[in-house]
Amino acid sequence: MSDARYAVGIDLGTTHCALSSVDLDASEWDEVTQDLMPVPQLTGPGTVAALPLLPSFLYLPHPDEFAVEDLTLPWDDRTDQLLGELARSVGARTPIRLVSSAKSWLCHPGIDRRSSVLPPGAPEDEVSRVSPYQASVRYLEHLRDAWNHAHPEHDLVRQEVTVTVPASFDPAARELTAEAAQTVGFRRLVLLEEPQAALYSWIHDSAGTWRKQVRVGDIILVIDVGGGTTDLSLIAVTARDGALELVRVAVGEHILLGGDNMDLALAHLVGGKLTATGTTLDHWQIQALTHGCRQAKEALLMDPSLEAVPVVVPSRGTRLIRRSLRTELTGGEVTHTLVEGFFPEVPVSARPAARPRAALTKLGLPYAQDAAVTRHLAAFLGMQKGATEDLPGFEPGGGSFLHPTAVLFNGGVFKANLLVERVMKVINDWLATDDAPPARLLAGVDLDLSVARGASYYGYVRRGGGVRIRGGTARSYYVGVESAVPAVPGVEPRIQALCLAPFGMEEGTQAEIPPQEFGLVVSEQVRFRFFGSPVRRDDQVGDLLEDWSAEEIEELEEIEAYLPAETRTPGEIVPVHLRASVTEVGTLLLEAMPLDGPEHWKVEFNVRNPANE
Amino acid sequence: MSESTPSVFRRFALLLSVFRRILTDARFAGQVAELHAGRATAASDARGGKETPRLREAEPNAGLQLLGLLQRDGRLIDFLEEDVGAYSDAEVGAAARVVHEGCKETLAQHFTIEAVRAESEGDRVTLAADFDVSAVRLTGNLVGQAPFTGSLVHRGWRVTETRLPQVATGHDLRILAPAEVEL
Repeated sequence: MSDARYAVGIDLGTTHCALSSVDLDASEWDEVTQDLMPVPQLTGPGTVAALPLLPSFLYLPHPDEFAVEDLTLPWDDRTDQLLGELARSVGARTPIRLVSSAKSWLCHPGIDRRSSVLPPGAPEDEVSRVSPYQASVRYLEHLRDAWNHAHPEHDLVRQEVTVTVPASFDPAARELTAEAAQTVGFRRLVLLEEPQAALYSWIHDSAGTWRKQVRVGDIILVIDVGGGTTDLSLIAVTARDGALELVRVAVGEHILLGGDNMDLALAHLVGGKLTATGTTLDHWQIQALTHGCRQAKEALLMDPSLEAVPVVVPSRGTRLIRRSLRTELTGGEVTHTLVEGFFPEVPVSARPAARPRAALTKLGLPYAQDAAVTRHLAAFLGMQKGATEDLPGFEPGGGSFLHPTAVLFNGGVFKANLLVERVMKVINDWLATDDAPPARLLAGVDLDLSVARGASYYGYVRRGGGVRIRGGTARSYYVGVESAVPAVPGVEPRIQALCLAPFGMEEGTQAEIPPQEFGLVVSEQVRFRFFGSPVRRDDQVGDLLEDWSAEEIEELEEIEAYLPAETRTPGEIVPVHLRASVTEVGTLLLEAMPLDGPEHWKVEFNVRNPANE
Repeated sequence: MSESTPSVFRRFALLLSVFRRILTDARFAGQVAELHAGRATAASDARGGKETPRLREAEPNAGLQLLGLLQRDGRLIDFLEEDVGAYSDAEVGAAARVVHEGCKETLAQHFTIEAVRAESEGDRVTLAADFDVSAVRLTGNLVGQAPFTGSLVHRGWRVTETRLPQVATGHDLRILAPAEVEL
């Protein structure tokens, strides 16, 4: 079937991208030949160096900003956009032209993700802005070109490519990611959830010993705190035909809270000390301070005996000694701001202060309003307490939350052992209140690169080379149906939720067709309300829900169906069934199928914000 | 008859001595292998035929590039161009942190540097007859013949790998840092 030589894993991260590959011809069973590709990129004008990571920043330069030849890459000389390390560093000086966190914008429900909105503050007539979707395409193009430059015999578009997405990405954001990868040309594409990729990497690194480190009945909690997002997943260890099997049973909601928030929090704290002495900091200095604070934080967290570490904000001009600002970061400040601010000891009944998606007052990313990762974690475990009820070999959970038995950390934040210890303590305190045994720490993951490495390893195991994590979709999906009751003036018609896709649909499968019919008007956009539930595991296709709580079912963006007038008259009403399937790539596909014909029409996820139209 | 074109008799004598030394001296054997493969060794190049000049101008571009990198990431030129005498040690120290951190990162990114000698400084070391004179400098009471025994004063540094960035054709390396004008 395949002429692919490599399984390639791409971590398309909020702040960094990485690419790893497994040589399929040189790998057998647990003997896997894996590589991490250094990514050539502009590191300065006219300077190209290969770095392990590609910073996910896109910079839209002014025509007078760089000499044309200074933007040459080994494979092309596009001068209207530059990305990677140079984009990041010049963007610190000219933020109005810098696109950052495009991935977070890609799943932003409040904007049209295909319209050119980035950078959000850029003057429209000066900077030709890009869409979150286009930015993702650009990062993937760069990785493709870098790979092809290094492997001219093995074009990336013909290799088995796995692109990772946050487990919490909604169906629309997954589809946009898949579409971006397909636009770049990847023909053998699958998506993989990042926490799963981290676990795959851990399995690979254990060189076969993972089977001894976990046992049937274990529930592994993966806590992945990246640069911009926090992603949670629960993976259960079960047995099938005598062999261990892994089942991903639950994923958390999308939390825009990551390592960058933590560094920024420290920078504002230290910046506050400088402003108190009468200095004002500009954007560049805040960036430099953030960089300095990150270094100081790492030193303080590595060595608890240090009381304080100096932080210097270098001058922008040549007078480095006279104009640099000197201050310090103390161990107490790090403990207070980071450990207590982001990982406070809270009871398991604690919940985040506000719904993360509430009240968008202006165009910006919907950052988590509660910075406490441990409160988000408590909410997740509380909500998922029934996640393993249907699995054979698992005790019905008696406590107030799901009891993890092992924890895997991922993300550069957890290089600080102090934070790992704190989270473990919090979880084990929760477990102790329910008289449950403490959870174990699964150690040994490369915190920065495990997602890319796990993704390429996954491409290898998909061909039969090792254990796979099953699980399918981590939500059930519903379409809104107006109930047939007489209209009451002033009262909105009641909405029922019709289940289209049950929980846990595997890749490459189709759901049953629900009996309910919908009338679609030919040549007109028809919209439906659309819902997803991360906890309702027993609903079957065709089930109609009358009442539900906001905790168990979340409204997603609308879906819209459009019937072209090719074979029918505009305005005609066509009765259709709606059917859900999960594609081989791993995206959710909704189709409208007329009762009286063989056609299938794709029902699109609405990624446009109705408020903008 | 010159040293580089020996007589038949001389060549026969050479054959015998080389034969024995190839068997006993691995490093020498390696040099012969290089010569046999048509790759002249660095040492033989330096001693030179008549065509190669004995001294050459160092190529400035790599130097300019490294200065640019040390300035960009470590502010080295800014630091050295400033008058240190006018400031207190604390002020100089604060700036030195910026320079140290940045330059260290630049070195780590572009070079792999290791000590020439693995022993600790202060240890007694013995140098065999074939030691590399460019990698070890003898000082002090320098008399007699190898093997030499002495105390290691400095471990030395050796670059084992260079990874300097590629430079675009036409890029002006003489600009170590562009002037910056904020609008």
